[in-house]
Amino acid sequence: MSSKRTVQFKIYRYDPDKDDKPYMQDISVELEESDKKLLDALVRLKAKDDSLSFRRSCREGVCGSDAMNINGKNGLACLTGIDELAQPITIRPLPGLPVIRDVIVDMTQFFKQYHSIKPYLINNDPAPERERLQSPEDREELNGLYECILCACCSTSCPSFWWNPDKFVGPAGLLAAYRFLADTRDQATSERLDNLEDPYRLFRCHSIMNCVDVCPKGLNPTRAIGKIKDMMVRRAV
Amino acid sequence: MKVAKHTFDAVIVGAGGAGLRAALQLSEAGLKTAVLTKVFPTRSHTVAAQGGVAASLGNSTEDNWHWHMYDTVKGSDWLGDQDAIEFMVKKANEVVVELEHFGMPFDRTDNGKIYQRPFGGHSQNYGQTPVSRSCAAADRTGHAMLHALYQRNVRANTHFFVEWMAMDLIRNADGDVLGVTAMEMETGEVSIFHAKATIFATGGSGRIYYSSTNAFINTGDGVGMAARAGIPLEDMEFWQFHPTGVAGAGVLITEGVRGEGGILRNASGERFMERYAPNLKDLASRDVVSRSMVTEINEGRGCGSEKDHVLLDITHLSPENIMKRLPGIREISIQFAGVDPIKAPIPVVPTCHYQMGGIPTNYKGQVIVPKDGNPNVPVPGFYAAGECACASVHGANRLGTNSLLDLLVFGKSAGETVVADFQSGQLTLKPLPDDAADVSLARIARLEVQTNGVEVADVRLDMQRTMQKHAGVFRFADMLKEGVAKILEVAERAKHTQIKDKSKVWNTARTEALELDNLIEVAKATMISAEARKESRGAHVRDDAIDCAETPNGRDDKNWLKHTLWYSEGNRLDYKPVNLQPMSADVEPIALAKRTY
Repeated sequence: MSSKRTVQFKIYRYDPDKDDKPYMQDISVELEESDKKLLDALVRLKAKDDSLSFRRSCREGVCGSDAMNINGKNGLACLTGIDELAQPITIRPLPGLPVIRDVIVDMTQFFKQYHSIKPYLINNDPAPERERLQSPEDREELNGLYECILCACCSTSCPSFWWNPDKFVGPAGLLAAYRFLADTRDQATSERLDNLEDPYRLFRCHSIMNCVDVCPKGLNPTRAIGKIKDMMVRRAV
Repeated sequence: MKVAKHTFDAVIVGAGGAGLRAALQLSEAGLKTAVLTKVFPTRSHTVAAQGGVAASLGNSTEDNWHWHMYDTVKGSDWLGDQDAIEFMVKKANEVVVELEHFGMPFDRTDNGKIYQRPFGGHSQNYGQTPVSRSCAAADRTGHAMLHALYQRNVRANTHFFVEWMAMDLIRNADGDVLGVTAMEMETGEVSIFHAKATIFATGGSGRIYYSSTNAFINTGDGVGMAARAGIPLEDMEFWQFHPTGVAGAGVLITEGVRGEGGILRNASGERFMERYAPNLKDLASRDVVSRSMVTEINEGRGCGSEKDHVLLDITHLSPENIMKRLPGIREISIQFAGVDPIKAPIPVVPTCHYQMGGIPTNYKGQVIVPKDGNPNVPVPGFYAAGECACASVHGANRLGTNSLLDLLVFGKSAGETVVADFQSGQLTLKPLPDDAADVSLARIARLEVQTNGVEVADVRLDMQRTMQKHAGVFRFADMLKEGVAKILEVAERAKHTQIKDKSKVWNTARTEALELDNLIEVAKATMISAEARKESRGAHVRDDAIDCAETPNGRDDKNWLKHTLWYSEGNRLDYKPVNLQPMSADVEPIALAKRTY
C-alpha cells in the first residue's frame, strides 16, 4: 500500500441555513498511511472543509453515532475500511429519516419506536438482597440481542420501516423487544406480546432481511422477529 | 441574541454512567430534572468500557471489601482519600446488584451468580494472589451497563435534552452555582438552565493527548467549565496510560484479556512482566505495566519493524473461551490491528486512557474548594461525579474496574445528596445575575467575527502533540519545564480560533471550537501540576526522583503526600492534605508502604 493516496468522494450536502435544496458534492482528500477507516477520511475532509457535518464519537463501532449510507449500503464509517470501497465513495444520510444537515438525520422516529416497546426489564417481585440467579444457558439466550448499539443502520434499510416509520416498530425496536422477551428475569411476556399484536407493529416485517445484511454488529433482527412471531402463534393455540 | 430560560430543580450535565445513575435517583424522587447531553445517552463513552466493574461479591473466589480497600489505596500510591475509598468499596456490592436488578445482562457462573474475572492490582489477602473481583458482561460491560442505566431512566421518565452542549457554569457573586448555559446543537440557540442543583457528570478529557483510547467527545467539558468559573482542579498531573491500546489505532484492548490469561511478550517472546512484578506479573497495576512496556521498547526489545510496540498473546487460550469471554476484543483486533487473536498476538502500546484528577468532591458528590482556611468547603448548589470528578478514590493511579464502580457509587451518592438537600429545603432557586449568559454569548460572538485566526484542528493537534511529548508515561524535568512554556503558547493561540462554517444548524465546527476551550484548560492544568510535583507517585514518574529508602520508588511522602489544586486564573497552584483516615472505625488506616506487585 502506498503511504499517501488520494480518495475521491461524492457527498450529500445540505445546510438548511443556506441551501435551497440538497446537492452531491464532488471532493477529494489526500490520506496519510495511518488513515484506514472511512471515518479517518471524513475527519481529514472536515479539516479541509469545516462545514462538513456528521456525528461521530467512539471510533470503534460501539457508540453507534456514525451510521450513514456508504456506496448505497448502510454502515458505520468507523468500521468501514476505505480501501474496500469503490471510488468515488458515495456518502448519503441514512435513508428514510428527515435530514437535518449533511449526513445528520433526525432520529426522533427511530427512538420513539425503540421506546414504544418498553425497553427495560419488568419484574415486580420485591428485589432480593443479592443478584437474581440466571443460568449460563438462560443468559446465553440474550447473546445476539443485547449488543445492539442503536445506530439505526437496520431500521433505515428496511422498506417496511420507510413506508410506515410511525406504525412499524422496525428491526432495532423489535430486536430490543425480543431481548426482554428472552430474558428469564422479565415477567411482562404477555404485556409485551399484546403491545406488538397489531397489523403493523410486528407484522409489517416481511423478512426482506436488509437488516441482517447491514448490521455492523453482525446481529440478526429477522431471526428475533421470527421468534416473537412464534411466541404469538404459540400463545394463540 | 435572545436567550431562553428553563427552570428545573436540578440540571445534570452528561448522560454517561455517572449522569444516568444520578438522574435515576432524582427522577425516582420526583425532582424536576433536566439531563443535558451532547450525544444521545447510549453514545456516551461509558459504552466503551470493556472488562468489568469491581465488587467484592466473592462469587468465584473468596473476597471482602477490606482487601478491595487495601488494593485501591495501594493502587492510588496512597494519594487516594481513605474515607472516600472506604465508602466506595463498601457500596460496591449494593450498586452492582442493583444494576443486575435493573436488567444488566451480566455473564453468569455455573450456579447462576454474576460472573467475575481477575483484574490488574486486585488481590486476595492484601496483595498476595489475584482475585476474581471484576463483574463482567463478556467484554462489553460498559455497553451493557450504559444501556441498562438508560433503559431504567426511560422507565423513570427522565427528561433528556439530547444534543445540547453545556457551555458555561453560572455562579453568583457569593460563588453559589445556579445552573449552566447550553447550546442546542440543532439550532445553535443558547439557553439558560436555572436550577437549585447542578451535577456535572461530563466524563474525562483524554483527547488532550495525541494517542488516546478516548472518544472524540471526551473533551473535558465539565472540567473546563469548572476551571473557567474559578473552581480549582485536583491532581490533574495524574493520567492513566492503559497498557494495551492497539498500536497505531489507540483503540482499547481490555485488561480483562490478561484477566482471562493473556500474556505480554517482547521481541524475543519473553514474558517480561515476570521481571517487573514477580507476584502479580501481567496483572500488576496499570502504571507499573505501562512503564515496564515502555522500558522494554526503550531498551530495544520492542516488536515489529520499528520495534515500537509489544505483543499481547492469547493464542494459548481456547477459541471457545475467547469467543465467549472476549468476543468484542476479537472484533476490535481484527478491525483495527488486522489480527485474529485466536491465531496471532495483538500489537499493543500504552495509550492515554483515564484522568485520575478532576473537579474536587467529597464522597457525597459535593464539589469542595478551599475557603477561609478550610480546604474542603462545599460550593452551594454544585455536585460532580464520575471521571470529571476527583473524590479522590483513584489518587495517583486507578485500578481497572474501579472507574465503572466510581461512576455508579458517586453518581448515586451525588443523586442522594441532592435529593436529601432538596427535601430538607436547603436547596433554593437563587436569583440569576443579569449577565448570566454573557460569557457564553461572547464566546459564540467571537467565533462569528474572528478573522486572521488559527484553525481549530491545528491548535488541537499542537496541544495533543505537546502533551504526548512532554507529559507521557515517563516524565523529565527539563521536558516538563519546556512543556509548560509550550502549552501556554498553544493556549494563547487557542484564544484566536477561527471557523469558516457560520451556519446556525448543527455546526460541528463551532462545537469543536468550544470543546477546544475546555481541552486547553485541562492541558494547562496537567502540564503545570506535573511540572510542579517533584516526586514520582503512581502514574506520575519523573527522571529526577530518586528511588531510595527515604523516597521509595521516588515517592516523597514528607513533601508530596498532598493533593494538587490548580486554579485557571493566573495558573496558580495550591495544595491540600490527603485524607489518610477512613470514614468509620471498621477499618484501620492503610499505612504507607513501598509499592511493589
